Amino acid sequence: MSADLETADHPERLRRVAIEPLSRVEGHGKVTLLLDEDDRVRQARLHIVEFRGFEKFVQGRPYWEVPVMVQRLCGICPVSHHLAASKALDQVVGADRLTPTADKARRLMHYGQILQSHALHFFHLAAPDLLFGFDSEPARRNIVGVAAEHPDVARRGVLLRRFGQEVIRLTAGKRVHGTGSVPGGVNRSLTREERDALLADIYPVVAWCLEAVELARRLFEQNLELYNEFGRFRTHALCLIRADGALDLYHGGLRARTLDGATLFDHADTNRYWDHIYEEVKPWSYMKFPFLRALGPEAGWYRVGPLTRVTQCDFIPTPLAERARQAFLAFDAGRAAGATLGTHWARMIEMLHAAEAIKDLLHDDDLSGAELTVAGERRSRGVGVLEAPRGTLIHHYRVDEDDMVVRANLIVSTTHNNQAMNEAIRAVARKYLDGRKLTEGLLNHIEVAIRAFDPCLSCATHAVGKMPLAVELLDAEGERIDALARDGRGAC
Amino acid sequence: MSDTQTFLLDGEEVPFAPGQTVIQAALAAGRYIPHLCYHPEFKPHGSCKVCTVRADGRTAAACTLPAQAGLAVESETEELKELRHTLVQMLFAEGNHFCPSCEQSGNCMLQALGYELGVMTAGFRHFFPIRPVDASHPDILLDFNRCILCELCVRASCEVDDKCVFALSGRGIGKHLIVNAESGRLADTEVALSDKSLQVCPVGVILRKRVGFAVPIGQRKYDLRPIRATALESAPRGPQAPGPCPSCEEGS
Repeated sequence: MSADLETADHPERLRRVAIEPLSRVEGHGKVTLLLDEDDRVRQARLHIVEFRGFEKFVQGRPYWEVPVMVQRLCGICPVSHHLAASKALDQVVGADRLTPTADKARRLMHYGQILQSHALHFFHLAAPDLLFGFDSEPARRNIVGVAAEHPDVARRGVLLRRFGQEVIRLTAGKRVHGTGSVPGGVNRSLTREERDALLADIYPVVAWCLEAVELARRLFEQNLELYNEFGRFRTHALCLIRADGALDLYHGGLRARTLDGATLFDHADTNRYWDHIYEEVKPWSYMKFPFLRALGPEAGWYRVGPLTRVTQCDFIPTPLAERARQAFLAFDAGRAAGATLGTHWARMIEMLHAAEAIKDLLHDDDLSGAELTVAGERRSRGVGVLEAPRGTLIHHYRVDEDDMVVRANLIVSTTHNNQAMNEAIRAVARKYLDGRKLTEGLLNHIEVAIRAFDPCLSCATHAVGKMPLAVELLDAEGERIDALARDGRGAC
Repeated sequence: MSDTQTFLLDGEEVPFAPGQTVIQAALAAGRYIPHLCYHPEFKPHGSCKVCTVRADGRTAAACTLPAQAGLAVESETEELKELRHTLVQMLFAEGNHFCPSCEQSGNCMLQALGYELGVMTAGFRHFFPIRPVDASHPDILLDFNRCILCELCVRASCEVDDKCVFALSGRGIGKHLIVNAESGRLADTEVALSDKSLQVCPVGVILRKRVGFAVPIGQRKYDLRPIRATALESAPRGPQAPGPCPSCEEGS
C-alpha cells in the first residue's frame, strides 16, 4: 500500500510538479507530485477538478426529462447515464417489470454502448501506449501512429466502434444523446429490417472481438513483468452480479469482496446502496471518495470496472467470453487477473461478451414487439444501478408529488475508482519516477496508469496526439526551475 | 379570373381576396414568409415581428398588413433575413432554451425557425432569467423558461376556451406570462387538458405531464418536414377570403 504518499509531512519544503491538464479526463484532471531535494517523490495526488453539477441541474425539473438531460454528463458513455436514470425512474412510475421488448431493447442499447466504448478505449486511447511503449517517441504515440504502423488494428477499432454506435442509433434514435429509453420502458422497438441489417455485420464483429482479446493477451505476454507489476496494488472489489452469479452489466445485486477474497456482501439490494457505500470528501479534490462502510474510510476503498467484474463474477453467460475469462484467470498463475494493466485484457473480454449478447438479442423477436411501456403505483424515490463501461453507476432520485425532482445523487464509475487511481499513480511514481530527472516519457507512465481505468470523459483530443501538456517544476517559492511542454502536434 | 387582384412579393404576382393579409395571401399562394406568433386560426397579432416585410418602402408585419392591389412587398432580401435572424437570436438569448432536454424539441417552432434562418448561436449574451416552473396542476406543466410572449395561449384561452387562464403582465423587458388566478397557480384555474390553449403553444411552455419523449427523435413534426414546408401545407390554398375567426363568430 502506498497511502503514505497521499500527504507529505512538510509540503512547504518540497518542489511541486503538476501534470496539467491531464489527458483523457477532458482536461479537467491533474496530477501533482511533490519532490524533495533528491527528487524523491513525497506526495502524489490525482485531482479531478471538474465540476459537473447535474445533481443540481435536475432539481426542479420534471422527472421525465431526466434520462435525456443527465446523459449530457458524458459524450462517451451517455447511454449508461440515460439507462441508469431510466431504471431509477422506472421505480418512480411503478414499472417494476418492463415489457420483454423494453427490457431487451434497453439491453441491446447498453451492449452497443459497452462495445463502442471499450473499442474506443482499447484501440484509440490505450493502443498507442501498449503498441509503441510508454516512453516511446511521443510524435507517433497516438492513433495516427497506430494507423500508420498497424493499419489493421486501427481499422478494426473504427469498425467495431461504428457497429456499436449503429446499435445505439437504432435503439436510442441517435448515435450520441438519443431518447430511446423513457421511464417505464422505451419509445421504439426495432423492425425486422433493422435487426437484419445489424445481423449482417455481427458475425465479423464477434470474430474481431475474439482477435482483440488475443491481441490484449499477446501484449501482456510480451511484456510480462512490466505488465504484471506496473501500478499494481491490492484492493477490494465492487460490482453488480446476476442472481445466479453471472456477469450482468445491466441489472443485478451488489457484490463486494475484500482484497483477500472474502465476500463482504453479495446480491445486496441496489435500492439501499447507502447501507454499504458511503462517500468521503477530501479537501484537495472535487471528487468524492466512496468507501465500503463495513471497512471504514481508511481501508474501505475499492475498485470497479472491467477487471473487477471479470474476476469477481462466477461466470460470463456467453460461451466465447467465458472461455476467454477462464484463460485470463489461469494466465501466469492468476497474476494477470490482479494487475492494473490486466484491465485492458478484461476490457476486451467484456467487449467480446457484449458482441455475443448483441448477437443473441438480434435473433429475439421480442425486440420487434409493440408493447413498449408499463406503469404502476407511483413512488417518490428511485434508484437505478448498472455496470457502465468503466464500472458501477448509481443514479438516485427523489420526486415530489408535482412530478418535480427534488433531490439527486449520482455516483459514477470514475468516482468509485478515485482512490484506486491514486494508489496506481503512487505505485508508479515510487517505482519509476522516484529519484529521477523527469521526462515526458516518465510522466506518461503516470498517465498510462490512469488510462488503465479509462476514466470517464476520456479526452478524444489526446487520442490524436493533440492534447497540449505542460509540466512545470517549481521550487518552494513558486519559481519555475524546469519546464516541459508538449505542443498541439504532440511534439516536445 | 381576370379580375383577381394581385400584389407583388419579391417581384412576383401573388393573388389575394379582399380582407386577406399579406401573409395569408402569400402562404395560400405557396410563398413562405417566416413567422412565429401568427396562427391561421387566430386574429393577427403582430407582436413577434419575425414576419416583417418591406411594403412600398415601409417596414410592416406581414401578418397585420392588409393585401392591397399593386403593393410591392419585399421579403427575401438580405436586410430582412438579417433582421429575422437577429430577432430569433434575441428570443433564444432572452429565455432559457435548452433544446437537448426539452420535450418539445423537434416540435418547436422557435427551434425549427432557428434552423430555417440558419441561427447557429444566440449571438447575444444569455439573460439566464430565473423563472420557476408551475407544476401545481396534476396533468399540466408550465415551464415559463421557454415563453416567447406570442400570446397564442392567451388568445386561445380567452377567445376559444372562454376561460382567460393566461395573461401577460409587466411592461417592456419585464413582461411575462402569468396565470390568471389569485394564487397565481395553474392548479387554481379552470384549465383542462382539452383546452385549445394547450394545443397552440409554439414552444415548450405548456406541456402535458408524464408524456416526455414518447415520440422518438426523427419522427417529430419538424424532423420530418422543415417549418417552411409545414407552414405551407397547413395554409388554405388559393385566394379565398379568410374564414371567420372563432372570436369574431362568438362576437367577443
